[in-house]
Amino acid sequence: MLTYALRRLLTTIPVLWVAITACFFILRLAPGGPFDGERPLPDAIRQNLAAHYNLDRSLVEQYLIYLGKLLKGDLGPSFINQDFTVVEQLMIGLPYTLTVGGTAFLLSIVAGISAGILGYMYRNSFPDYLLGIVVLTGLVLPNFLLAPIFQLIFGLKLEWLPVGGWGGGAAVNIVLPVVVLALPHVARISRLTRASMIEVMHSHYIRTARSRGLSKASIIWRHALKPTLTPVVSYLGPAAGFLLTGSLVVETIFGLPGIGRYFINAALNRDYGMVLGTVIFYMILIVVLNLVVDVLYAWLDPRVRST
Amino acid sequence: MMTAGRLQQALSAALLAAAIGTPFMSAQAATINIHNGADPTSLDPHKLSGDWENRIAGDIFEGLVTEDPAAQPIAAQASAWTVSDDGLVYTFTLREGIQWSDGEPVTASDFVFALQRLMNPQTAAIYAYLQYPIKNAQAINTGELSDLNELGVKALDDRTLEITLERPTPYFIGALTHYTAYPLPQHVMAAVGEDWVKIDNIVTNGPYKPVDWVPGSHVTTVRHDGYYDAANVQIDGATFYVLEDESAALKRYRAGEFDVLTEFPTDQYEWMLENLPGQVQVAPFAGLYYYVINHNKPPFDKVDVRKALSMAINREVIGPQILGTGELPAYSWVPPGMANYDQPYMVDWKDMPYTEKLAEASRLLDGAGFNSSNPLKLQLRYNTNENHKRIAVAIAAMWKPLGVDVELYNTETKVHYDELQRGVLDVARAGWLADYNDADNFLNLLKSTVEHNYGRYNSPEFDSLLDQANASTNVQQRAQLLHAAEKKAMGDAAAIPIYYYLARNVVSPRVKGFVNNAFDIHRTRWLQLVD
Repeated sequence: MLTYALRRLLTTIPVLWVAITACFFILRLAPGGPFDGERPLPDAIRQNLAAHYNLDRSLVEQYLIYLGKLLKGDLGPSFINQDFTVVEQLMIGLPYTLTVGGTAFLLSIVAGISAGILGYMYRNSFPDYLLGIVVLTGLVLPNFLLAPIFQLIFGLKLEWLPVGGWGGGAAVNIVLPVVVLALPHVARISRLTRASMIEVMHSHYIRTARSRGLSKASIIWRHALKPTLTPVVSYLGPAAGFLLTGSLVVETIFGLPGIGRYFINAALNRDYGMVLGTVIFYMILIVVLNLVVDVLYAWLDPRVRST
Repeated sequence: MMTAGRLQQALSAALLAAAIGTPFMSAQAATINIHNGADPTSLDPHKLSGDWENRIAGDIFEGLVTEDPAAQPIAAQASAWTVSDDGLVYTFTLREGIQWSDGEPVTASDFVFALQRLMNPQTAAIYAYLQYPIKNAQAINTGELSDLNELGVKALDDRTLEITLERPTPYFIGALTHYTAYPLPQHVMAAVGEDWVKIDNIVTNGPYKPVDWVPGSHVTTVRHDGYYDAANVQIDGATFYVLEDESAALKRYRAGEFDVLTEFPTDQYEWMLENLPGQVQVAPFAGLYYYVINHNKPPFDKVDVRKALSMAINREVIGPQILGTGELPAYSWVPPGMANYDQPYMVDWKDMPYTEKLAEASRLLDGAGFNSSNPLKLQLRYNTNENHKRIAVAIAAMWKPLGVDVELYNTETKVHYDELQRGVLDVARAGWLADYNDADNFLNLLKSTVEHNYGRYNSPEFDSLLDQANASTNVQQRAQLLHAAEKKAMGDAAAIPIYYYLARNVVSPRVKGFVNNAFDIHRTRWLQLVD
């Protein structure tokens, strides 16, 4: 298992290199540079800036300089937040993103699976329909709509929660962003769980368990849950990747200092170093998460282990 | 009763809270929460270029002169100055006892150091050109001169600073309020180099000092007790929040999380007037929204074509109806109210009824060979933005009756300006906010040698009038020359002015001392909080 994991990690290095290279050159193909804006700069100033950031060298030279620094763990400067390097910015933003994304991830799992099981147990009756409606709402309302609605209801009308801001990490400040982030995942996980459980409960070994007179709760808890979760787990990998990389919309609307907004803003700002930094970070995260999912799969499903 | 151990625990907890939470603790005191839009690029004044950055920089640093509540220059780190008769040599006397936030004195050499660093090409200061009036500044910044000591800024002693200019510049004192002219803590930079700007190292000389900065969230400042006027600074500290979503900002304002909004969603304007009475502050701002026309591309090289396009725009409806916030129609190139300039030159057809303007425009265009059977096809470019789009759609509709066939073309901001700079355009949207309080700042946009003359208007007469104006030592005569230049450019329909910008703020009734002004500069030092 360990060699397998290591091999998986090593094979990502060439992939990473290709991605960085492609990203590096594609970015430079886009018209406009980091210092173009509403306010045009005199040529002399433009040249000073280009020289300062090595942008006056040939592209190949810049690429080699970048790779050289990258090998030393230096992702270079950011053009937009000049007082922080790319690495510093990612390190400052990461704890916020992990707090919000991680909480949303846990909430998605717990609420999603519970709702799925409840939906199965009361299938085709009132509680199932009610859950179905709630879940569907979470699925169809995009977060850029849901977030302002929640702000209006819980922040302004009811005054239960702050409308936005990090607030020094106070629990009340992260409730709304976490719920907005988690809701679509709760929805998908609960649907997956419900469907998968219906399937599992029809399988032969469950019938056997039932015929031995085991209680329904015991069957679900001890025999059906693990196999039910297999499709859920394969969904959790991408879901975690999505949640832990932060969300531009949620961070922008709630004014949170996470890293989700870097990906899009950096590209729009032609903040070359920042774009590459986030690409590298995302790739590593996704590779690691996929690995975790594979390991979990092996634990959940003995058939995977034997192959 | 508390045991010794528990007392110790409680004490260390309290100390820890005090150490970590200073900015938040004093949040119980009079601190102001300001919505500030984007993330600041830096706290280093030489790296800035935006108004949201200026809001922070101008609270924590201070130049020889600063802005009063109405954004007029007043004495600050300098208590007095004299100007030589030829208008070239300014001698400043620094205020007694001014100091950095670490207690070190602010000296004349801190100013010399800062201005030399600003002009040093290696600093790559975006806004260095603002101080080009200083002798040899441009030569040093462009690398023609390599000796920084050639710059016309000298410390005669610790408290006397002498600045020599290239040529007389009536707006120079105003330009010195700008963040490019702030002093920098030489002693800190000598110790830690470029890391001086890190929040743990930074030392400032303004009414406030920064104590916390989380990118993407906020910058927090607290009062600088060593500031010469600290006794009159009423607000204990400010937090500048990063939040680019204007509707979310408005909700947070309504919930009391912000005291000042520096921008608001314009489609909520009517609602706000009704529901937040007296809190919406909309005031004329020294800025121009305009369209450039490509002078190098036929038929736009013909003055009649350009004039027809300009005349056919019904400017009166744009502010009140299309934008909804009542922006004033622009018939001149220089917005009203600029210093050293009486009245801008208004186009001679300004007061014509719109139907007559339209008829005249139609006649002009017909004379150039364009009408509904032979339409003038043009591409109208704008950078992606709801308001730019609304205006472009409306103007395209206004041009339609003349037989003008408009293709709307939008790109993101970076691409838009990149293409404008390369001259890829028929007609395109642009905007300008004044850097300093002088008509020259706007007229300069149409000079043939300037990069951001996107339409490439090229009039030797206009250029020469500007050059003469800037060589003149007589303020009156200079204003006349600038006025003549504006008249020339507007007569040539060099570009199409559309409206003058508005400053848009929302200010809580809790905040007193907020004065609307044409530069939208409101230093926290002048504000008070009441409960």
